[in-house]
Amino acid sequence: MSKRGIVLYLHVHQPWRVRDYTVFDTAENHDYFGPFTESHRNNKEIFEKVANKSYRPMTKLLKELLDTHPDFKVSLSITGTLLEQAEQWGPDVIESFKSLVNTGRCEIVAETYYHSLAFFYSRSEFEHQVEKHRQKIRDTFGVETSIFRNTELSYDNNLARWADEFGFKGILSEGWDPILGWRSPNYVYKPVGTKNIKLLMKNYRLSDDVAFRFSNRAWEEYPLTADKYDDWVNTSLGDDGEVINLFMDFETFGENIWEDTGIFSFFKDFVGRWLANPANTFYMASEACDTFEAADEIDTPYTTTWADTERDLSAWLGNGMQHEAMRHLYDLEGDILRTSDEALIGDWRRLTTSDHAYYMCTKYFTDGDVHAYFSPYESPYDAFLYFINALRDVRFRLYEHHGHGDL
Amino acid sequence: MLGWELPPHNSGGLGVACYHLSKALAQQGASIDFVLPYDAYHPGTEYMTIHAATTLNPIHKFGIMGAYDSKSVDKLDFDEVDMRDLQTMRGVQKRYVTFVERMIKSKKIGVPDAIHAHDWLTMEAGMRAKQLTDAPLIVHVHATEFDRAGSFGSGNPIVHEIEYQGLMMADRIIAVSGITKNIIIHRYGIPADKIEVVHNAIDPNSLGSYDYDGRTYRYLESLRREGYTVVSTVTRFTAQKGLTQLVHGMARACERYDKLVLLLAGDGEQRDELIGLTAELGISDKVFFTGFVRGKQWRDAYNVADVFVMSSVSEPFGLTALEAAHYGSALIISKQSGVGEVLKSIMRYDFWDTDKLADQLVGIATSPALSRQLRDDVKYEYARLSWHDVARKCMHLYTRMKIGATV
Repeated sequence: MSKRGIVLYLHVHQPWRVRDYTVFDTAENHDYFGPFTESHRNNKEIFEKVANKSYRPMTKLLKELLDTHPDFKVSLSITGTLLEQAEQWGPDVIESFKSLVNTGRCEIVAETYYHSLAFFYSRSEFEHQVEKHRQKIRDTFGVETSIFRNTELSYDNNLARWADEFGFKGILSEGWDPILGWRSPNYVYKPVGTKNIKLLMKNYRLSDDVAFRFSNRAWEEYPLTADKYDDWVNTSLGDDGEVINLFMDFETFGENIWEDTGIFSFFKDFVGRWLANPANTFYMASEACDTFEAADEIDTPYTTTWADTERDLSAWLGNGMQHEAMRHLYDLEGDILRTSDEALIGDWRRLTTSDHAYYMCTKYFTDGDVHAYFSPYESPYDAFLYFINALRDVRFRLYEHHGHGDL
Repeated sequence: MLGWELPPHNSGGLGVACYHLSKALAQQGASIDFVLPYDAYHPGTEYMTIHAATTLNPIHKFGIMGAYDSKSVDKLDFDEVDMRDLQTMRGVQKRYVTFVERMIKSKKIGVPDAIHAHDWLTMEAGMRAKQLTDAPLIVHVHATEFDRAGSFGSGNPIVHEIEYQGLMMADRIIAVSGITKNIIIHRYGIPADKIEVVHNAIDPNSLGSYDYDGRTYRYLESLRREGYTVVSTVTRFTAQKGLTQLVHGMARACERYDKLVLLLAGDGEQRDELIGLTAELGISDKVFFTGFVRGKQWRDAYNVADVFVMSSVSEPFGLTALEAAHYGSALIISKQSGVGEVLKSIMRYDFWDTDKLADQLVGIATSPALSRQLRDDVKYEYARLSWHDVARKCMHLYTRMKIGATV
């Protein structure tokens, strides 16, 4: 019988934030993504800060764990936009990721290059971004991807069918109770209506204990120790559970939760504690799909994500500004691609990054829960304004290129 | 309660604030003696006892003195002021103090649990009442002389002296915003822990239900039908209100987007200067001056507006922004206006940053989604501000003072 295991999956991403790009820049300058005058929005400064607080120390820790424990394994998805920034501002970060991949026990998970919502707007653009990401991973790490995750873990039956036909071995989703019903996320599943693909569903309670609650002093379980967490994982698996899917942002370690909370040493201790039991192991995502048979079929008729209490796309597509911004953006697709202008196409694609829509979210604002909202902008309205100004400039460049059409 | 005006005989926000505050206090069980400097009937004030310090007609207040006019004040010492001279501000103020004195000495009213004085206008009466009764004095600051002076100079030194004495003598100070609290700390040297920020609120019921007939500003309405965006502000035309910067911002916006008009509703010493400025900037056909407005004209200056701008250089609170929210405008508010502390669904700019203002104006005018979002969100948000919360904070303050607590 196979060992029971943890699938640790970490997501690495930074967007190209749009600077305070005004109507006076529109049709004058095309530098939406910098240089910045506002340091809290400065892509370079943010990258460097997160690299120092998270990417560098966490890759170091992961390497150490891989070297110490032959059974430790990890899966990462790294967006194209993050890789672009790292190439420019921190090549050593890429080298660190490579050293993880080179152990053969760190798998790279596929996704859209631009961390976009393209699946919901344009199948052709979506596929292009997936291919572009696969190629980028090949070029950078020399490996193939066989597992897919969509932006913000957005998932539904259509996506599963697409990924199955595309040839992916597995796909990731939120282990959301209304979808699971009485079932546990601690098994490997098969999406309804697919042939070969398997589904790994996030154990959100155990994942969020680390990603959201670890540093919360008001939490009744604070402080979380490795022993206690090991206990919980064992309890959650019960007698016949197969996998615990711990999915979270890579930046949880060091950036979202600072080092001084003890997050790194907690994690290190927990890995040691877990592997001390010979019945336990870690699996890379594709290994878990190979190792276990599907326990059941999962039907996901509507889109789920790993975000908020609603687990839907409302943080990205919940208000009129977000819908208008995305509609205008994807309306340009055909005209943009016809130009074959690499710079223009690149800028347009950088605007497809879902973070731009997230910054326009107003639901936390009106609910008074501003603290739940991470944005480098003063308000969602400002975020929308700069985005739309940039989009107008893209339209202006398009007009200049084709020499006709509407502005 | 020592006030200077109440609706309908008010010339600005002070009277409105005093009215609603007193009403909410009475509903929470406070018994209020309210002193006014003039004699008139005030409908809807049965919840308190109004005392008239003079037999002056309220018309007199607007005619000769100007409601808050601090410029004409030339004597600090009341001994030099002729109490019979009710043609001057100081004369009326002296009579007001004497009246309060007599009220207390003659035991016309009992010893109050608290004396609540509003602004420099009644601070001296408050101090005298405190001397005579030993009751705690609360000074409620709606505006300081620095605010009234705008960015030019610092105002009348005699009024500063009155304010300084009042703030020093007060047991507690209520500031209508964090901005005002900062001015009291930094410009008057008052310790921060003596000052409480209690933001104003709005009573939507007092604005009544009213069907906008679209006829007051028919030309503007026809421009709207042609796709123009109407920007408006309702204010006094004084340096404090930042209107020259607003006009400059408007001119900048028109460079990028032509279908904008500005309605300047109100009157004041800057009127001629502003008219000259619009001509100089070549936008006089786009700026509309109404003169002083009341009633329907006043209300419809909000109704006709797509965007309401509060451009103040220094605005302790800014009730008109809440009124504009009620009438369904999108709000752009300078960062120097206190009302911005209680609203999040707004756009903000520094009063001098005309480019940023222009960008916001064009953004709202050219994006229906942004405009709709701002209107909807702020309408939802402003309605949650309640005078009952303001009164609750004041009651709490009175109670604390009564038991001799220092905070």
